[in-house]
Amino acid sequence: MEHTHPTIDSANQSKVATLDLPELYQCVHCGLCLDQCPTYRVLKLEPESPRGRIHLVKAAADGRIDLNERFKEHLYLCLLCRACESACPSGVQYGRIAETAREHLGPPGSDLTRAVLNFVFSQLLPYPRRLRFVFTLLRIYQSSGLQRITRSLLPKKLREMDAMLPVVSRSLFRPDSNAYLAIGPRRAKVAMLNGCVMPLLFGEVNEATVRVLQRNGCDVIFPKSQTCCGALNIHNGESTAAKQMARQNIDAFLAANVDAIIVNAAGCGAVMKEYGYLLRDDPTYAQKADRFGSLVKDAGEFLAGLGLVGELGAVKMTVTYQDPCHLAHGQRIRSQPRKLLQSIPGLTLVEMEGSDRCCGSAGIYNITHPEMSRHLLKEKMQTIALTDAEAVVAPNPGCMLQLCYGAQQYGPKLSVYHLMDLLERSYSAAEAASHK
Amino acid sequence: MTRGELVIALRATIGDRYVLVEKEDVIVYEQDGSIFQVMPEIVVLPANAEEVAAVVKLAQQANVPIVPRGSGTGLAGGAVPAEGGIILSLARLNRILKIDLQNRIAVVEPGVINIDVTKAVAKDGFFYAPDPSSQAACSVGGNVANNSGGPHTLAYGVTTNHVLGVEVVLDDGQILWLGGEVPDTPGYDLCGVFVGSEGTMGIVTKAVVRLMRTRESVRTLLAIFDQMDRATQTVVDITGAGIIPAALEMIDRTTIEAIETGAPVGFPRDAEAVLIVEVEGLIEHTERSMKLVRDICTRSGAREVRVAKDETERQLLWKGRKGAFGAMGALAPNYYVQDGVVPRSKLPEIMRRIAEISKQFNLRIANVFHAGDGNLHPNILFDMRVPGELDRVVEAGAATLRACIELGGSITGEHGVGLEKKAYIGLLFNEADLEAMTRVRRAFDPDGRFNPAKLFPTPLSCGEIRRQPASIPAGLWI
Repeated sequence: MEHTHPTIDSANQSKVATLDLPELYQCVHCGLCLDQCPTYRVLKLEPESPRGRIHLVKAAADGRIDLNERFKEHLYLCLLCRACESACPSGVQYGRIAETAREHLGPPGSDLTRAVLNFVFSQLLPYPRRLRFVFTLLRIYQSSGLQRITRSLLPKKLREMDAMLPVVSRSLFRPDSNAYLAIGPRRAKVAMLNGCVMPLLFGEVNEATVRVLQRNGCDVIFPKSQTCCGALNIHNGESTAAKQMARQNIDAFLAANVDAIIVNAAGCGAVMKEYGYLLRDDPTYAQKADRFGSLVKDAGEFLAGLGLVGELGAVKMTVTYQDPCHLAHGQRIRSQPRKLLQSIPGLTLVEMEGSDRCCGSAGIYNITHPEMSRHLLKEKMQTIALTDAEAVVAPNPGCMLQLCYGAQQYGPKLSVYHLMDLLERSYSAAEAASHK
Repeated sequence: MTRGELVIALRATIGDRYVLVEKEDVIVYEQDGSIFQVMPEIVVLPANAEEVAAVVKLAQQANVPIVPRGSGTGLAGGAVPAEGGIILSLARLNRILKIDLQNRIAVVEPGVINIDVTKAVAKDGFFYAPDPSSQAACSVGGNVANNSGGPHTLAYGVTTNHVLGVEVVLDDGQILWLGGEVPDTPGYDLCGVFVGSEGTMGIVTKAVVRLMRTRESVRTLLAIFDQMDRATQTVVDITGAGIIPAALEMIDRTTIEAIETGAPVGFPRDAEAVLIVEVEGLIEHTERSMKLVRDICTRSGAREVRVAKDETERQLLWKGRKGAFGAMGALAPNYYVQDGVVPRSKLPEIMRRIAEISKQFNLRIANVFHAGDGNLHPNILFDMRVPGELDRVVEAGAATLRACIELGGSITGEHGVGLEKKAYIGLLFNEADLEAMTRVRRAFDPDGRFNPAKLFPTPLSCGEIRRQPASIPAGLWI
């Protein structure tokens, strides 16, 4: 008679000190995060919930379970949208728990995926020029007709991935090395993050942001030695290159001696505000990182705080607003972008249900977890459709890409804008009207 | 049937994805909202009543216990598999099957989140009344099992007053309805027996719930006190004046500290206690009641009375109150919540006793409770990692419950008995009472397969808080 019921607490396993985070002990297992978690809502499985993942990390820290592939799958099925942080009555910073666990586990996927990711994280993202080169190749691939030919030859899975490739904008944004000067009386001097993806895929958004800032009395500079913010690295278990990128940005931006560091990508802003945490163990940078973090402002946050000046013209449009996760949950910015949108004459804002629920973009999640990503996107497009809006506003490049893809794949066929696009359009409309 | 055969059969019935056996999957089901931990061997998530019935039959063949689980937000260990076995999660049975506004009912599956019932009918001017603080996450099925209450229990009663019928799966896999869509079905009130049975009689797979009409107006105030005695006396004075508010809640200084640290809503950190008082009804009525309540608060010594000026401010007050338990994590890694009840008039007395107990055991106790119906929630704050602390916590918990009973009260208002209070149920019921309850339970579940080792008295040792599954009879997993 064999007694095979599993032994539960194999206390001989060793504890994992690096995972034994103070944040773990702030979670009292109340479960209020459950229904706010996109993956739990879909699967209804506790291991795919924030409370479940925290429990798993705690168990791993205590040496009660192995850090095996199954554990890793649970930690990486998370979108890191941090909706659970908005729901948590205890203020548990789940993002830190998940990021630390991922750092311990390393990047997701097969050996090949990991090798590719490692290359991207350490050899491409930190080097804006190399990244620009890759995107130039991509543009040639798309505009030469080569894409159409390969698409017909590719197997289904790769074809789907190819369809997700964004169209590289014709006009890449290359910031001027001179300052963009304030229009009218100067109210602030700011430095702007150019970003890695934004200038290459949404060059016009950076242009619009600069214009809107100028129109609101800001001198805008782009510190030359700035680099990518490191968010993709941090979210995918790579911290060495990320820390180096953070240090480089801190040096570049602090030297500029500005009133604020403006970021128009929610994901980047959230990470840059938290450089202090990333570099907490770095004695030379910890303090500087905190100071840097306190200067970082999302473009919408900054402008709403400053108060818009100048004449806004009519933009007749019905829009709905998608809260980027790292703006709503990561930076607790919800009212400011809405306030700015509502200040545009002629524009109607219709709220969608669950506007702060993730669209499934989540950095490279749509590539690493296409099935879950598409499920969430489909739901998102359905709720957007109910608003009858003709456009959706989402001030973050990842969300914009995902929503463009959603509009194209599932409908409704609507336009996708960054908040800064519409503000600039409104200012231009006023200008055009006054020229008549 | 061996364990392997059972797993294969379960997988064949409800699909691979929803039968969990790996340690990295099942370990997260070892705990609910309480501090108890026992690991299940298997977790299953069926999709409908038929699959639930199939799981129950297989469990019978394999002779393993079944513990139903909703969202796992319970505070008494009700969803902890005390004797191992199968956790049957109802989370995937989450459809609202029918909304019938003319007859003011909804038919829902047990995994539906409490707040989603109200959300589904709010635009038509209706709501589902039972509103546990965890309502943004807890399930209707879990509410039915625990006969849950909430802040508005004062005016509307508990879950059993809002459930007209349940579809259940019995121990032999039979699916049947108890009660139904019309009130007052003849014969035994078996639906009433099932509500609050804490998963010990069978599995609820559908419920017919009552919908209430949203009131014309609602007003909410926050009364701030520098002395606990004055706050508790105010509660006595309000109810004594014949006013029945929709809700009458108390939050003490330590709880305010937790809320304001975890997710601040603007409660004054320097107050000894605050009361949230809500009145609702026709506009004339609410205005008059609000004025009366204000006057009583001021007369009884409130330092300040703030009336929520709009829905946003009102929601903020409730967000603070409803997040109170979860916020305890901001003060301590663990908390042990009690659910005692005293007659309202004894509130000043019990609060003094709890303060003494806190001193005596040298433990911080945060109080947040449904003052209007005398339902206390002292949260004993502690750190499981400190050796010996848990023993003191269990003793202090027992002392608060004894104090409640001495003052003419009870040991549970709404959280259920579960694992947590089964040691104390003997303080409340005599042997004849317990024997009668045991017979009712056996009538439904003769083998004791459903949620064993709950509800009925066996001593609770702190070893039960995180322990191995109880040894399973030899030969079970052959």
